[in-house]
Amino acid sequence: MTNHWSDIKNADVILIMGGNAAEAHPCGFKWVTEAKAKNKARLVVVDPRFTRSAAMADLYAPIRTGTDIAFLGGVIHYLITNNKVHLDYIKSYTDMTFLVKDEFAFADGFFSGYDPEKRKYDKSSWEYQMGEDGFVKTDPSLENPRCVWNLMKAHFSRYTPDVVENICGTPKDKFLQVAELLASSHTPDRVMTILYALGWTQHSTGSQIIRTAAMVQLLLGNIGRAGGGVNALRGHSNIQGLTDLGLLSNLLPGYMTLPGEKETDYDAYIAKRAPKPMRPGQLSYWQNYGKFHVSLMKAWYGNAATKENNWAFDYLPKLDKTYDVLQVFELMHQGKMNGYIAQGFNPLNSFPNKAKVGAALSRLKYLVVIDPLATETSEFWQNYGEFNDVDPAKIQTTVFRLPSTCFAEEDGAIVNSGRWLQWHWKGAEPPGEAKPDPAIMAGIFLRLRDMYKKDGGAFPDPILNLAWTHKLPYDPSSEELAKEYNGKTFADQLDPKDPTKVIKKAGELLDGFAQLKDDGSTACGCWIFSGAWTEKGNMMARRDNADPYHNGQTLGWAFAWPANRRILYNRASADPAGKPWDAKRKQVWWDATQSKWVGSDVPDFKADSVPEDGMGPFIMTPEGVARFFARGAMNEGPFPEHYEPFETPIGVNPMHRNNPKATSNPAARVFKGDMEAFGTAKDFPYAATTYRLTEHFHYWTKHVHSNAVIQPEQFVEIGEALAAEKGIKAGDKVKVSSNRGYIKAVAVVTKRIKPLKVDGKTVHHVGIPLHWGFKGVAKNGFITNTLTPFVGDGNTQTPEFKSFLVNVEKA
Amino acid sequence: MQLSRRQFFKVAAGGLTGSSLVAMGFSPTAALAEVRTFKLARTTETRNTCPYCSVGCGIIMYSLGDKAKNVHAEIIHIEGDPDHPVNRGSLCPKGAGLLDFVHSKNRLKYPEVREPGTKEWKRIGWDEAFTRIAKLMKEDRDANFVAKNADGVTVNRWLTTGFLAASASSNESGYITHKVVRSLGMLAFDNQARV
Repeated sequence: MTNHWSDIKNADVILIMGGNAAEAHPCGFKWVTEAKAKNKARLVVVDPRFTRSAAMADLYAPIRTGTDIAFLGGVIHYLITNNKVHLDYIKSYTDMTFLVKDEFAFADGFFSGYDPEKRKYDKSSWEYQMGEDGFVKTDPSLENPRCVWNLMKAHFSRYTPDVVENICGTPKDKFLQVAELLASSHTPDRVMTILYALGWTQHSTGSQIIRTAAMVQLLLGNIGRAGGGVNALRGHSNIQGLTDLGLLSNLLPGYMTLPGEKETDYDAYIAKRAPKPMRPGQLSYWQNYGKFHVSLMKAWYGNAATKENNWAFDYLPKLDKTYDVLQVFELMHQGKMNGYIAQGFNPLNSFPNKAKVGAALSRLKYLVVIDPLATETSEFWQNYGEFNDVDPAKIQTTVFRLPSTCFAEEDGAIVNSGRWLQWHWKGAEPPGEAKPDPAIMAGIFLRLRDMYKKDGGAFPDPILNLAWTHKLPYDPSSEELAKEYNGKTFADQLDPKDPTKVIKKAGELLDGFAQLKDDGSTACGCWIFSGAWTEKGNMMARRDNADPYHNGQTLGWAFAWPANRRILYNRASADPAGKPWDAKRKQVWWDATQSKWVGSDVPDFKADSVPEDGMGPFIMTPEGVARFFARGAMNEGPFPEHYEPFETPIGVNPMHRNNPKATSNPAARVFKGDMEAFGTAKDFPYAATTYRLTEHFHYWTKHVHSNAVIQPEQFVEIGEALAAEKGIKAGDKVKVSSNRGYIKAVAVVTKRIKPLKVDGKTVHHVGIPLHWGFKGVAKNGFITNTLTPFVGDGNTQTPEFKSFLVNVEKA
Repeated sequence: MQLSRRQFFKVAAGGLTGSSLVAMGFSPTAALAEVRTFKLARTTETRNTCPYCSVGCGIIMYSLGDKAKNVHAEIIHIEGDPDHPVNRGSLCPKGAGLLDFVHSKNRLKYPEVREPGTKEWKRIGWDEAFTRIAKLMKEDRDANFVAKNADGVTVNRWLTTGFLAASASSNESGYITHKVVRSLGMLAFDNQARV
């Protein structure tokens, strides 16, 4: 979230799209109710199903799954053509005046530089025109046809209300009502928030959907403001923290990135990630990248990371490509992986195309499952009849199952969607011999280190030199680890303004990332978490819920990264002169008497930057402003474009009827064999989507007695029209099949799903809750991801769980 | 006058409050003592955070046992934390069932192994589990570690074993996991955020 949960109460308009907060995040949704009750906020819900969020909405619009870019593109078109944009905001805080290279073009569904063989773009034309002064050329008059504003206007001019209706199936009048309500937040005294979840990320165009939403919010001037923002409601309790800590194939902690194998020069590796400002007077905060990186390597490798060895640059593995889970299971399926370790993760249930995932696991030599619960993955080799029809005798994988503690049995911090690091305390011992995850990692690592010490082996240096200074090496404490990611200094730090003063003594914990150095004198395991555990104590354990400004920014509760800021980009809540856009919603402002930025939140800005100097509020971009034009940051283009899901119920992209190669995301990666495993509307005519229920959490609560009681058995939802067509009555057992397999479940016939008219055809949706499996205390059921396609988003490779094709018949 | 707890409530329900009983000269000492030992009153309160979705609701866990040595604490009740600025004491149907998650009969208790081709689990000790796993990992790493790519560039990566991290484990688990995994040169590394 750019903002946070209790901040939702500050909104005037709330759009829930690509999510269903009332059911999936019920206690967060309370703040929507609060905004409605206390702030006269209007709630808009756009969803294929009339969800419980929709039931609370002032305005609900149905949409065909996988067409959100067309819908939001239509909103952008509406805002521009009706002049409902916050012009003063976008003129100063976005790239609208920037000039783009003449070579950049868009035609027939492709942006310039497309290679259909490789399904990849050469992005060199997706760049700005640079002036001789080394800065981007701009045209404040907006007359130049190559300025971002004019290119963007032209791009979205095609997304008319008629086009939206034709692609999304949303009736035109409904769409226009939504657009009008959203547009009402373009004035400085009104703010809209957008809440989304996996309903946006789990598409082959997921990242671009979210970009389109960000563009809407920029046009309306709603980023950086209380009650505004683009808010990802993350799916798990610490998925935010694990992302922040970089536990992804290509990342390092704090959104730093691993080197690619072509990056052989250390200085160039850092320089590329520390871009110089592209406009005069901009901060470009990533210029500090070297400090964050060197401090990380000091935290990991201590004295073995030296200036001479480029801070142990060779210790970092170099990428030839990203090994995301789809890539890894593809390799495993080809028999190219030998081992796999799943820590608190149930891939057999969680990844698409269960048959492929199960077959892949069967080709492993060893699998290690670390979990508090008996997961399906740990028993992928066991025959559970129709739910898992395998022959154990033919599966030669050695499987270890290690019991870990659950939340109640350990100390530590988890990060909620609002970026709050909240500490929790152990309340009981774990059952049996279960151990905390750090102790399990230590148990494996220490044995490996001993073996390498004794016997040698392939490149043992990083293993032997890994910093491991825990009081109990086999049981690292949460306190030690939290202090390690907070960071410390090895040398006295002097006050830059008065070098006679020591502000930090050698060995002390750091106050924040501003104290990091690139000379090896500081160590910090995750720069954005710096400040979480300082010499003053554990900031994450703070429990002062005082809210002196009545805006929900409880600065004394826990610790929010970065630097305890509650709303990101909050400099944009004030006008260029440093005065809040809305006097009733003051967040940060320039205090001329003190010559610094102050406010109810920690300013997300250079504290002493005088407004007249014109530094932009988006300090993490080298431009200093937000981008409508993504440059090379996205794989399928600098502007979002509607592409159909890989399994499309209409078989054609109505935006590009004559170019079948632009039907679905041209830059999405599809493995050989998976393209063939896609179904077509001829055999699988219905648009399917998966989702969570109020009563269950993922694949855990089927192990929980009370949840199993209130929602015991697997079901699917179909609309009354489809049920009538197929002769299905409520309570009938139905078989739902895709080109990859089938599940059987009880039919719930509902008014909540209505057929939509799309491109001249009637499209029915089938709703498939995801919570069942063959382990648990609920009634055993089929794994929903038996049905889903093995293809991901063009940037993140997040699987397309939310849009695929099925057939439904009476079982 | 001696009243049992049940009798005391009966009398109180008949229109008299505890304090008026005392005022009338009846001293319900035993009854009040019973009220004081209401089960939650004997518990230890521990603050925690709901491990399900990302709202991060504050919870209070009530456990029996005073955390003394040799006392096995057992959680008997979990409820929302009223001081928490987001959930303000409330919990959803998922969070409200947390106690049954802690005590689920499907909680794992011991390290186990399933040998190739067999169809049952065998209980093993931690030492055996760690040692066998470390051996398998080392064997695979030593055999398949890529020190240099085809162009002779140092790449120091290990691609034949992968790791999936948990999205509900703490920052501290995540941090140490990342540190260990990268030190081994692994790239096939993701967490739930990928999906």
